[in-house]
Amino acid sequence: MAVTGAVLVLFLVGHMVGNLKAFLGADSFNEYASFLRTMGEPLLTYRVALTLVEVVLGVCIVLHMWSAISLARRAGKARPVKYAARRKSQANGYAVHTMRYGGVVILLFVIYHLLDLTFGTVNPAGWDGTPYERLVAGFAPERWWVTLFYVVAVIMVGLHLRHGLWSAFQTLGLASGRSYRPLKLTAAAISAVLVLGFLTVPVAVMIGVIK
Amino acid sequence: MSERAKGMNLTLKVWRQNGPQDKGRMVTYRVEDVSPDMSFLEMLDVLNERLILEGDDPIAFDHDCREGICGMCGMVINGVAHGEQVATTTCQLHMRHFEDNAVITIEPWRAAPFPVVKDLVVDRSAFDRIIQAGGFISVPAGSAPDAHSVPVKKVDADAAFDAATCIGCGACVAACPNGSASLFTAAKITHLSLLPQGQPERASRAKAMVEQMDAEGFGGCTNTGECTAVCPKGIPLDTIAQMNRDYLKASK
Repeated sequence: MAVTGAVLVLFLVGHMVGNLKAFLGADSFNEYASFLRTMGEPLLTYRVALTLVEVVLGVCIVLHMWSAISLARRAGKARPVKYAARRKSQANGYAVHTMRYGGVVILLFVIYHLLDLTFGTVNPAGWDGTPYERLVAGFAPERWWVTLFYVVAVIMVGLHLRHGLWSAFQTLGLASGRSYRPLKLTAAAISAVLVLGFLTVPVAVMIGVIK
Repeated sequence: MSERAKGMNLTLKVWRQNGPQDKGRMVTYRVEDVSPDMSFLEMLDVLNERLILEGDDPIAFDHDCREGICGMCGMVINGVAHGEQVATTTCQLHMRHFEDNAVITIEPWRAAPFPVVKDLVVDRSAFDRIIQAGGFISVPAGSAPDAHSVPVKKVDADAAFDAATCIGCGACVAACPNGSASLFTAAKITHLSLLPQGQPERASRAKAMVEQMDAEGFGGCTNTGECTAVCPKGIPLDTIAQMNRDYLKASK
């Protein structure tokens, strides 16, 4: 859970920085998109490095889900008889309660997101458009519901990281009593930066700042 | 002398189960004229005396010292292990923390490794087996004066002592949404692994105790923090980080 999550967080940071290129104009954004396919050249041929990254991410997602499902199954087996009174949470924190259903929302979002901006299947600009055209068409003002879905999903990602980031340090035994406060604050800060970074682009397209 | 405080009237919904094989059910009882100065267990004693007089079976619950240090008592009160009062065992919970005419739900710890023996009594032998797997020091550690012969850093001594205050009541398991025994096991591992006497068996202890914990059928830890929030001794969550650290080192 912790190790695969860490890999996925590193990916998210890179992904967010890349997204912000949309503010530098169509050429900059498309050039960056083509760089992703040609990186490693001439040592590697076209799309080899990117495919490797995709395979690693895919494996991480599968292992992350497998860990989550086995934890949930163990939890179910460990408490076959439920409490009659609603178990009242005594711990602080909202994020921790969103981990399981939030994870499912994020998975559905990733599938839609790939169909939308990578394959163009559900995007008005389609497969033939440039990445920038797909971006502008995908978040067009009349498709506000797409942007809304992205906002909800990205906030879920933020909550997921709010708990997941410090939790990974705890699981790997890297946390200690004194480091909890700084760790949790850092987790909250990174989550907030990622959420804002990811949301600026779709919102900017919707309100016409990026066209 | 001030006038005796007015008695409270309560409605209890209590889990009744005749034995391990019985299906069990919630039964409603009315308890009248409860003194706010009674402890929660004394309130149940009053109800039990009445049940015995009426020819009913009294409600079975575990208790021993009734001063918050033995770890015997424990029930889930209104969905919270040991009730909502922070850092308090059920025996030290007083009725003044409840409203008059309150409806109180009382259930046993719920976890597959803690089977119900009767009513609110659960079998916590799983904890004993975790201790038997490695929660001890095999060699004689000396008598009282020998404790001074090996200096221990103040911070380590304090942290070890904090962990050692665990009374093994099982509230951590009861409160955990995953039914995990990580806080209990981690408290025992941390207590010994911070002290010089615990070093020779540190790795084998962590490995054996964690494996026994998993073998008992407890759930996995997802760092929700519910355990430490209900723990009557306030065992800190960083003991679990210490357990993970020792376990990972031992598994290399």
